Amino acid sequence: MASWSLGKALKSMFAEARDVVDTDWDDLEDSLLTADFGPAVTDSVISSVRAVADRSARIDTDDLRRILGEVLEERLATFDSTLHLSSQPGVPAVVLVVGVNGVGKTTTIGKFAKFITTRGKSVVVGAADTFRAAAVDQLATWAQRGGATIVRPQHDGQDPASVAFQTVESAIASGTDIAIIDTAGRLHTKSGLMDELTKIRRVVEKQAPISEVLLVLDATTGQNGLMQAAAFVESAGVTGLVVTKLDGSARAGFIFAVQEQTGLPIKLVGQGEGIDDLTGFTPHVFVQQLLA
Amino acid sequence: MAMFGSLSERLTSALSSLRTKGKLSPADVDGTVREIRRALLEADVALDVVKDFTGKVRERALGDDVNKALNPAQQVVQIVNEELVAILGGDTAQLQFAKTGPTIIMLAGLQGSGKTTFAGKLAKLLKSQGHTPLLVACDLQRPNAVNQLTVVAGQAGVSIFAPEPGNGVGNAVTVARESVSHAKAKQFDTVIIDTAGRLGVDAELMAEARAVRDTVNPDNVLFVLDAMIGQDAVATAKAFQDGVDFTGVVLSKLDGDARGGAALSVRGLTNRPIIFASTGEGLDDLEPFYPDRMASRILDLGDILTLIEQAQKAFDEEDARKVADKIASDTFTLSDFLDQLQQMRKMGSMKSMLAMLPGAGKMREQLEQFDEKEIDHTEAIIRSMTPAERTNPKLLNGSRRLRIAKGSGMTVTDVNALVNRFEQAAKMMKTVARGGMPNIPGMGPMPGMPRPKSKAQQPKKKGSKSGNPAKRAAENAGIAAGTAATGSGFGLGAGSGAGQPSESDLETMRKLLERGI
Repeated sequence: MASWSLGKALKSMFAEARDVVDTDWDDLEDSLLTADFGPAVTDSVISSVRAVADRSARIDTDDLRRILGEVLEERLATFDSTLHLSSQPGVPAVVLVVGVNGVGKTTTIGKFAKFITTRGKSVVVGAADTFRAAAVDQLATWAQRGGATIVRPQHDGQDPASVAFQTVESAIASGTDIAIIDTAGRLHTKSGLMDELTKIRRVVEKQAPISEVLLVLDATTGQNGLMQAAAFVESAGVTGLVVTKLDGSARAGFIFAVQEQTGLPIKLVGQGEGIDDLTGFTPHVFVQQLLA
Repeated sequence: MAMFGSLSERLTSALSSLRTKGKLSPADVDGTVREIRRALLEADVALDVVKDFTGKVRERALGDDVNKALNPAQQVVQIVNEELVAILGGDTAQLQFAKTGPTIIMLAGLQGSGKTTFAGKLAKLLKSQGHTPLLVACDLQRPNAVNQLTVVAGQAGVSIFAPEPGNGVGNAVTVARESVSHAKAKQFDTVIIDTAGRLGVDAELMAEARAVRDTVNPDNVLFVLDAMIGQDAVATAKAFQDGVDFTGVVLSKLDGDARGGAALSVRGLTNRPIIFASTGEGLDDLEPFYPDRMASRILDLGDILTLIEQAQKAFDEEDARKVADKIASDTFTLSDFLDQLQQMRKMGSMKSMLAMLPGAGKMREQLEQFDEKEIDHTEAIIRSMTPAERTNPKLLNGSRRLRIAKGSGMTVTDVNALVNRFEQAAKMMKTVARGGMPNIPGMGPMPGMPRPKSKAQQPKKKGSKSGNPAKRAAENAGIAAGTAATGSGFGLGAGSGAGQPSESDLETMRKLLERGI
């Protein structure tokens, strides 16, 4: 199956420029819904596009496509996607990575470590996912690929907060610039596990301020992404989003709703299983891919 | 769920305009169908499936297939639920076991959908059923997936076949082939093959999965799907159906709060049964898939459906018609009223019934104050009357009333209040009945109790009677002397009730009670 994309879905509309007819609006709505924008955001995007379109006496499908791109870009551009990773001498910048199960946290950390080391900073990763079988080994492999050192739990089932503490401790002792802490995947509905994140935060902040808390969201997720984001924002104080698995057929339209509801910027984008498949987020590029 | 509000609530508000109508008009249905469409989209059901589904619902809602026990909103809900269950499949599907040789189960799915965890759960389940499962590590891509499966196998207490270290080393097809001969040699009766996660668009990895499949010729190919997946379920499910032609589906991470619309999408698009629901991180968190439970999860209709069931059980159309006839012919008596009270009892406690109404959360406080005993008291008073008195309340003079009060343990004031209310109500009902209400059977208070929407017909009629507020005040004053009175529980809603659905529901309830008692 060839990759589905919003662009392809729109192709019949946009194949060659012609005047916009009523059914084009229905098609546009369907395309947005199919890209996981969700009914509410779809409605609001369409009314924005309509508002712009109504200013011209006559628009063709090329105009419509351009307006759609601009509307989407504008929505994304209202958020600042800069990563804050500046460390003080002797105090590392701490990054906490959180998310539900199977979204790609560990993989993201491996890629993120590489992302940072290629920019000349040193990285230590903390394997605070002490729950899932072999998660520590998985992280170790990624850390090695990314050129980072790893702090492992001293025994099975060790309290994740204590692993996090030791990671920051080790970063301070070795003068490492950035400490990235991997956490176990947890469904946002499990309040006990969510409280654990609050604890990890608290423990880490005793030694160093937390620079970023990155929430990893799977592009294939649907409207549940909103619920995830809301819960993690509350328990973990998320500062930015990472969208993974964008190399698949999913378009992650739900992130528009997530951004607007939480006010959080997307900071990184993951597009594959290779070590270099992680990039910073640029609204223009993202929208181009969405409409490609 | 707070973000979206349940479909029950939406339907309630979408259908509030139907209060004065008995039957659904095309415009009403269109409005309702729009709400259902939205709710399904918010539950991540694939757009094509949604369109198909709402089309069917619309058709049925406009048909003659109308259940008299239910008000229009409930009719729609019932149709929706029936259609949902129909798509999701009526029965729980099972794994296929091979007649000879080991049963081979292959798992496939996207990265992070929960294959390895499910493999462990399935192995443990099969072991507990007396099988001897063998876990096979064919995920040679993800770092340390082999280790993870080894640990999981240890936890489940089953054997593992993992000749290759993984992390990109080894050939999945070879491992799969060897695992089957290994199982035959070592007398394992089930082989569970865990494969690498792959994207639907990754042609190379999909070819590998197909090669594994063709090599071992599995009895079951299970497609593990994250319940949180969005519209991409369509593309992914189709890709995996084309790629490995799975025989069944496992829905994972159902312990979260995702509505799981994907279940509907996958069924609607591939027609493959959903066999398991994976509901947690523990190895025991595995359940068979129940279509009816999933149906109510997707649309969050559980409460309303329970109510419909109860209404249908308790509602006897014949009885209701008799009552209506009696009212119309001026022969509605206190004993008929007693019958109705008892019929109402069949539906369960008033409190629990009220609590099930959409929007009831807001009136919880008032509910707490509602005294279930008021109905007992009413019943006691009527039971203390002679049959002649029940048929003809006009007989009730002072001494008879005193006797009844003593007999029922109430005061004369209570008896007076009841008789007054009954007479007024009977008179009013008569007017209404003669006025040719569209849905006369619905007049019986019983089925009406759980569905304030249709009952909202009464307030209109009642509103035309100018003596109403005065009557209410008089009653409250009169009753205040004795027991917890009718007005005390519901009177709260009466003051500022205008507009708010919960309070208007309450208001309707109150009037209904008042009218009846």
